[in-house]
Amino acid sequence: MPVSISPQGQPRWRLRTSRAQWLGYLAWLIGACLFLLCWKMISDNTMWVFVADAGRQGGDLISRMLPPDWHYAHRLWKPMWDTLNIATLGTLLGIAMAFPVAFLAARNTTPHPLIRSLALGLIVSSRSINSLIWAMLLVTILGPGVLAGIIAIALRSIGFIGKLLYEAIEEIHPTPVEAISATGARRLQVMSYGVLPQVLPAFAGISVYRWDINIRESTVLGLVGAGGIGLQLNAAINSLAWSQVSVIFLMIFVTVLASEWISARVRHAII
Amino acid sequence: MLTLSGVCKRYPTGDRALSDIELSLPRGQITALIGPSGAGKSTLIRCINRLVEPTSGSIRLDDTELTRLSGRELRRARRAMAMIFQEYALVDRLSVMENVLSGRLGHVGFWRSFLRRYPAKDVTEAFRLLERVGLSHALDKRADALSGGQRQRVGIARALVQSPQLLLIDEPTASLDPKTSRQIMRLIRELCAERRLAAIINIHDVALARQFADRVVGLRAGRIVFDGKPDELSAEILTTIYGEEDWDTQADHERDAPSKSKTQSHPALMSPISALAALSTGSTR
Amino acid sequence: MNREQLADQAFTREALASTGRWRRLPFIADPKVRWAMGIGAAVYLALALASIEVNWERVAEGMSRALNFLGAFTQPDFLSRRDDIIDGILESLTMTLTSTVIGVALAIPVGLGAARNIAPLPIYLVCRSIITVSRTFQEIIIAILFVVMFGFGPLAGVITLAFATIGFMAKLLAEDIEDLDWRQVEAIRATGASWWQTMNHAVQPQVMARLIGLSMYRLDINFRESAVIGIVGAGGIGATLNTSMSRYEYDTSAAILLIIIAVVLLCEYGSSHVRRWTQ
Repeated sequence: MPVSISPQGQPRWRLRTSRAQWLGYLAWLIGACLFLLCWKMISDNTMWVFVADAGRQGGDLISRMLPPDWHYAHRLWKPMWDTLNIATLGTLLGIAMAFPVAFLAARNTTPHPLIRSLALGLIVSSRSINSLIWAMLLVTILGPGVLAGIIAIALRSIGFIGKLLYEAIEEIHPTPVEAISATGARRLQVMSYGVLPQVLPAFAGISVYRWDINIRESTVLGLVGAGGIGLQLNAAINSLAWSQVSVIFLMIFVTVLASEWISARVRHAII
Repeated sequence: MLTLSGVCKRYPTGDRALSDIELSLPRGQITALIGPSGAGKSTLIRCINRLVEPTSGSIRLDDTELTRLSGRELRRARRAMAMIFQEYALVDRLSVMENVLSGRLGHVGFWRSFLRRYPAKDVTEAFRLLERVGLSHALDKRADALSGGQRQRVGIARALVQSPQLLLIDEPTASLDPKTSRQIMRLIRELCAERRLAAIINIHDVALARQFADRVVGLRAGRIVFDGKPDELSAEILTTIYGEEDWDTQADHERDAPSKSKTQSHPALMSPISALAALSTGSTR
Repeated sequence: MNREQLADQAFTREALASTGRWRRLPFIADPKVRWAMGIGAAVYLALALASIEVNWERVAEGMSRALNFLGAFTQPDFLSRRDDIIDGILESLTMTLTSTVIGVALAIPVGLGAARNIAPLPIYLVCRSIITVSRTFQEIIIAILFVVMFGFGPLAGVITLAFATIGFMAKLLAEDIEDLDWRQVEAIRATGASWWQTMNHAVQPQVMARLIGLSMYRLDINFRESAVIGIVGAGGIGATLNTSMSRYEYDTSAAILLIIIAVVLLCEYGSSHVRRWTQ
């Protein structure tokens, strides 16, 4: 903290040195310019006539959504069941694939640095690509349906679970691992006795957390044809049946809240 | 039975942890390895079972050259050398029984160990050892529910269930209170005598070394500077091992009032020589 | 099971172990619950797997496309749709930045309002419901609504992402504030500081570092999301990606995906630096 002497001979205190302060101002200035530039690019690409109309459009939308078409709910049980299956089976498949990948990616359990970078690359690619993109791709390959959704969710989950799990593996206590190796155990036994018990709670927590996220993601996969309630949503929107859309929204809302509650409870019980 | 010759260890950073270690251990002998922190005691012990790779030199257990083993043979050799750790190194989330049985991992296939289907004779032996260390009632407890002394007993049971010829013991008492430390050391000594095991105990408490070892090796800056009987340890020798320190001041005081020392303070809490004095006046082994 | 039974069981297990018979204690102690859960899980799996309809002919037909797609990664085509890709990526980046800035700026008041220890109950309830709505719906769903309201184009995307950012940041910020060290706040209050001064001197220093870290993380998420909301017309690279996939132009898709992965990697690298810098 700089304290300088003012011309009047009084000590003056300021939070930062003037150099640091100027650098701070400069950073803010650059940031603000960048933001304004981006904003300008966006506003150039926007039809402001429509935006001015947005309030009326929004009001119109709500008036069409209300009252919800409750009879439609009966036709949503099967799609909702599909959505749950996509999320659950996809998470299970993702766990099965992420588990070995995480062990290959953790610095302390990987068999070889080259394999480690491969596993890290796999994790990053899976994390970078949204499950909807995976679904789009898989629909063109496997055809529309629940299977594409399950695999899309699984592919996206590898990165998420893999990353958090390999970080947990890198943070374990090394001494039990050393002790198990010293008994003459083979590599896999060292993993299953020294490493696995230490990461198991974290692993379970991560998986349940991802399941909860996947429920949310799987509600929209139908928009690209990968099954679940998103198919109905897409159909309702395309036919401008907004009173059905609101029923679907409510259904999604309740399901997601319920899954979040379950996941929080389970994670609480584990930790 | 165990012979080290010309063992050197240099870390990639360039630090020389061990230079030219010559050491030979007969069957059934308990050797205490003493020395200041950073003298290379832990490195020496870990070089023997190759948790740390020695840079050069030869380590032989009976007729096996340990430094050249790899893979399956190294695992086979490790089965004959059990290790006991400073911070117990138990797997916290496994039960006591699982921790003890993990000593048999070198003898059991992966799936058997994964499903916890150990052969009956392993289980019987593990249980017998738990009884021997006084913990048979705790077999289903999780390791992190035990006290420090109890955990170290589990650590000892895990080492012995390996039916080793040699025990490598790294600071067994460093995290324990003085009373428990002595109990643990006595237990180790008894078990070694029962099974005619050789042991290297890496220990910083000279009083305990003196009381429980047959032989003391002093290590300083990676070199052996003393090798002899425990009663040959004199103030001059301690100075060569640990550096200059007024080893005798306390001892004079102790000689003045030997009977008080036993009740007032515990040997492990005193300076090495004063502890020796206290022990020589009190109980001996 | 009562205590006596437990003691009995422990005794039996000891006796068994002494004769060499020992099994791991089951994870769920009560056998009835254990079996019920096992059977329940099996039945669910069977029903769920049975309800998947797979057109195997279509899948077999698609396998050659899958190979094409994998092959495309070895020779991605950045050139033939260069202009579309550049425009899309630039738009995605600008949307990411703008929406993160707006979202974080709005998330701070919402987060303060959603922290029970500093906000009065009515404000707390309002802020919490904003957070819940924003977190429950996937970005795409929100994007659909905003596209209807604001028309096609990046503005709808920016508003969508900003809205999602509010829910994400405000929730974590509120949790941080609820966990903060209350003694520091009291110390500042004891000097006679006003509400604003308390926020600035006691609360801000405690949550600032994490707030910056989370903003960087959210920047990363917003970029990834901006790559998909284009599917419903909310701007960004998503539209180009969608088109290339539905036309089976996998080499262009591969190029776009590689760019996305690279940007995400850069983002992560950058944010780890920023985090080190601010701590």
